[in-house]
Amino acid sequence: MLDLKNITAGYERGRPVVREVSLAVAPGEAVGLLGPSGCGKSTLARVAALLHRPDNGTVTLDGALVTEWRHRAPRAQRTTVGVVFQSPRLAADPRLRLREIVAEPLRATGRQIEVRERVDELADLVGLGGDLLNRRPHEVSDGQLQRACLARALVLRPRLLVCDEMTAMLDASTTAALVAAVERYRRETTASLLAVGHDRTLLERWCDRAAEWTELSG
Amino acid sequence: MTKAAATKAAATTVLSVRGLSVRFRMRGGRHIAAVTDVSFDLAAGECLALVGESGCGKSVLASALLGLLPGNAQTAGSAVLHGGGDPVDLLAADERTLARTVRGRRIGLVPQSPAAHLTPVRTVRAQLAETLRELTGTPRRELRAATEAAAERAAFPLGHLDRYPHELSGGLAQRAATALALVGDAPLLLADEPTTGLDRDLVDRTADELRRTADDGRALLMITHDLAAAERIADRVAVMYAGRVVELADATSYFGGSGPRHPYAQGLLEALPERAFTPVPGMPPELGDLPDGCAFAPRCERATGQCGTRPPFDGRVACHHLEEPGRA
Repeated sequence: MLDLKNITAGYERGRPVVREVSLAVAPGEAVGLLGPSGCGKSTLARVAALLHRPDNGTVTLDGALVTEWRHRAPRAQRTTVGVVFQSPRLAADPRLRLREIVAEPLRATGRQIEVRERVDELADLVGLGGDLLNRRPHEVSDGQLQRACLARALVLRPRLLVCDEMTAMLDASTTAALVAAVERYRRETTASLLAVGHDRTLLERWCDRAAEWTELSG
Repeated sequence: MTKAAATKAAATTVLSVRGLSVRFRMRGGRHIAAVTDVSFDLAAGECLALVGESGCGKSVLASALLGLLPGNAQTAGSAVLHGGGDPVDLLAADERTLARTVRGRRIGLVPQSPAAHLTPVRTVRAQLAETLRELTGTPRRELRAATEAAAERAAFPLGHLDRYPHELSGGLAQRAATALALVGDAPLLLADEPTTGLDRDLVDRTADELRRTADDGRALLMITHDLAAAERIADRVAVMYAGRVVELADATSYFGGSGPRHPYAQGLLEALPERAFTPVPGMPPELGDLPDGCAFAPRCERATGQCGTRPPFDGRVACHHLEEPGRA
């Protein structure tokens, strides 16, 4: 599904934060990526989510070589991947209602017609009940906002979900609820998962295998 | 600290909270009941962990103890601070008293996000020195030595004293913030989510450092949603739900032994990935629209008609159905 080969990436010329890292995720597989803060695992997650162009190495997504990143990536490739970040506050437009946040990828790809049905479906999946969908980010808790961000990541039915520390700020119960929602989606769609984090207990419980950051460079 | 001294210290109550409630007045005459009728005692040398889902009122409780609530808040009850001087009711004291004698001097705050708590344009040394001068009146010629001693108390490496906050890792920023909190030698330390966003090693180290400050004879109130950190260092655990403490238990019996007794406390613990990894069903209620009876009843599988009246808190747990009901 996803094949990262010898990826070197960074933000300044000559100072890569990721060096020669390789990682593969098979179709339907859930892979955890474990590493301490600051090791570069989030940068690799951004490369995998087509949000950051690596300096070197190849990314193969669903059998096709990735040649463009961010807004230049072809839509078909871009919508193959869904991504959830650590901090929902930084990842959600504070002016939009949760309903609009979840629906945004549908609007952006001209699939407005699906909005109502799809948003309700996802609200049910991630457990956003009541009038929560009509609120703006400042009116909900971190956990509730992260549920909306997960729904947004799933709204285009991605075949690969990248979760970068999705639950690091959340309490145990919300963590378990979000992981359960991801797993329900994966059961229904056989999508793959790349979950990045530092919590070994969590990733070993959640994923088929947990890869150690230090073992990936070659 | 010797064992005899520890026993003596443990007998001294530092903070005594009785019937503490906080309401926020909202537009249209609505009220948000953020904290309701919370009571607990905290002794010197003891660590109490206040745990619960986000939005349960934990941080509002901390703000109330520091007198940092916004203007639309109304409080009831009392929170008497005994340590470090004459007893003072933190809810009744005026701003002048709190600012000049309480914050920093009798209550040290270990903040949630140390990187945001430190002044970005000044070095750690400058901030420590200023705090020392303000809180302890250390004369200028002794300031350098005192600053280094203060840094060492929180295991902050002296070689990093001349750095700015953005040059510190998360762990070092946490230690700098802890060093600042310890300067006033306050008998009560309040740690508000001190481990959020840190990785496991750093969580353990931060928690251990906080534990050490308690072992030195301080009272430590740790507000957290990180049950692993609570398990590591707490003597007692208070579980908060919808603004109320629903269970107050010894940490050893809560995490091991007999386990929690309140269904919510059980659910919270069972949500951990090393346990059942199943969430508590549903979501916490809106604090502006709480039911009359037990606030947990809508999510509780043991709920019956009896839960329409609020279960009283007997000092340990508040629930009508402590034993599993016989299923008919």
